[in-house]
Amino acid sequence: MSVLRPAIRRLAKASIVDARSFTTSASRLQAEPLQKPALNKEFKIYRWNPDEPAKKPTLQSYRIDLNQTGPMVLDALIKIKNEMDPTLTFRRSCREGICGSCAMNINGQNTLACLCRIDRDTSKDSKIYPLPHMYIVKDLVPDLTQFYKQYKSIQPYLQNDNPPEKGEFLQSQEERRKLDGLYECILCACCSTSCPSYWWNQDEYLGPATLMQAYRWIADSRDSNGAKRKEYLQNELSMYRCHTIFNCSRTCPKGLNPAAAIAKIKLELAAD
Amino acid sequence: MLSTRALGLAPTLKQAAFSPARNHVLRNVIRSSITKRSIQTQSLKPEDGTTILNKQRLQRPSSPHFTIYEPQLTWVGSIFNRITGVGLSFLLYGFSLAYLVAPGTFDSTHVIEFVGGLPDAVKYAGKFILALPFTFHSFNGIRHLLWDSGKFLTVKGAYSSGYAVLGATAISTIVLMFQ
Repeated sequence: MSVLRPAIRRLAKASIVDARSFTTSASRLQAEPLQKPALNKEFKIYRWNPDEPAKKPTLQSYRIDLNQTGPMVLDALIKIKNEMDPTLTFRRSCREGICGSCAMNINGQNTLACLCRIDRDTSKDSKIYPLPHMYIVKDLVPDLTQFYKQYKSIQPYLQNDNPPEKGEFLQSQEERRKLDGLYECILCACCSTSCPSYWWNQDEYLGPATLMQAYRWIADSRDSNGAKRKEYLQNELSMYRCHTIFNCSRTCPKGLNPAAAIAKIKLELAAD
Repeated sequence: MLSTRALGLAPTLKQAAFSPARNHVLRNVIRSSITKRSIQTQSLKPEDGTTILNKQRLQRPSSPHFTIYEPQLTWVGSIFNRITGVGLSFLLYGFSLAYLVAPGTFDSTHVIEFVGGLPDAVKYAGKFILALPFTFHSFNGIRHLLWDSGKFLTVKGAYSSGYAVLGATAISTIVLMFQ
């Protein structure tokens, strides 16, 4: 052992010299990493567990440091699920507002958690509920079966008995422009579940999302089934439960305008 | 690998893994350890899934709605339009029916005499209570007619027309109160 010691000491000295050679100045050596102060914000999240159905839904509180979290509400939810409570359940996928999975009610407004910035004011808590007036599968996950069935009922696909003999359906630029602001819908259900009419008549009223898609096919110059599509809506409940409340357009995370689309269907039906 | 080498177990394990006879023994050991798991699974028929789902569906709560939704001019205005409409209808039908039943007490002269005998404060309060819903409902009705003819169909349009209705309501209510 004693024979080895000088050799070890020499090695250690060499490594110190090596380390020094990387630093350029004394100040760099003394610089400390920037420590942001903890910015704790409270999140109150709706919880309900189907395994304990007798227990009423509750708001559960979580405190997280915003300086250790991404900027969006979805980042906060993922952080809570990863680090604090793995039982917290919510839908998410693309984290960039194109899949529509993370639609929920944040601070009283329906929006996509991935597009909603966290309010950095820590004196106020942030309340997160599932989409309003929907049956809850678990926590923030609503049952969208009815919503999808309604969408299916308007036959959201091109119907034309006389396709062009050769090549594609052709459209003028003007005809194509009619579909802008309609086709971008991602069916996140934010608008439908913000609509008071949809809250009270969900079983028969189709809701803004589905109606806007109905108009998307009525407005399409390539579709020849418009008359039947309009006839399907010509009753008291399917569309006329819309009272132009405008909650749908106000809340749409994609900035679309379902209220205007429904008003246009109404105008077309009135002209029939 | 290091620890097996240290314990001198590596050759034994290797033998167990590669010789066919020993392999059989090893598989038995693994199988018995699986059956000893603390979590038990239950085998279900495919159609059982639907019954379980349906049972769960019956117990699902409905998420909160108007109690948690942010009060906005859009839907709060719409609710007041409905309430004022119902109130005004009740007043119209109630008064008309009352006149039909007792024309002697509900004709114009008697109503004017009755109101004339009331103290000023009650008169102004009564006028306010009548004028506010009437003007709001009327102006909002015009807003609805504009919407139905394709005007103001944007969020901005909805808000500006909403504030215009509120302003017009306030002014006309005050004018009607002090007339």
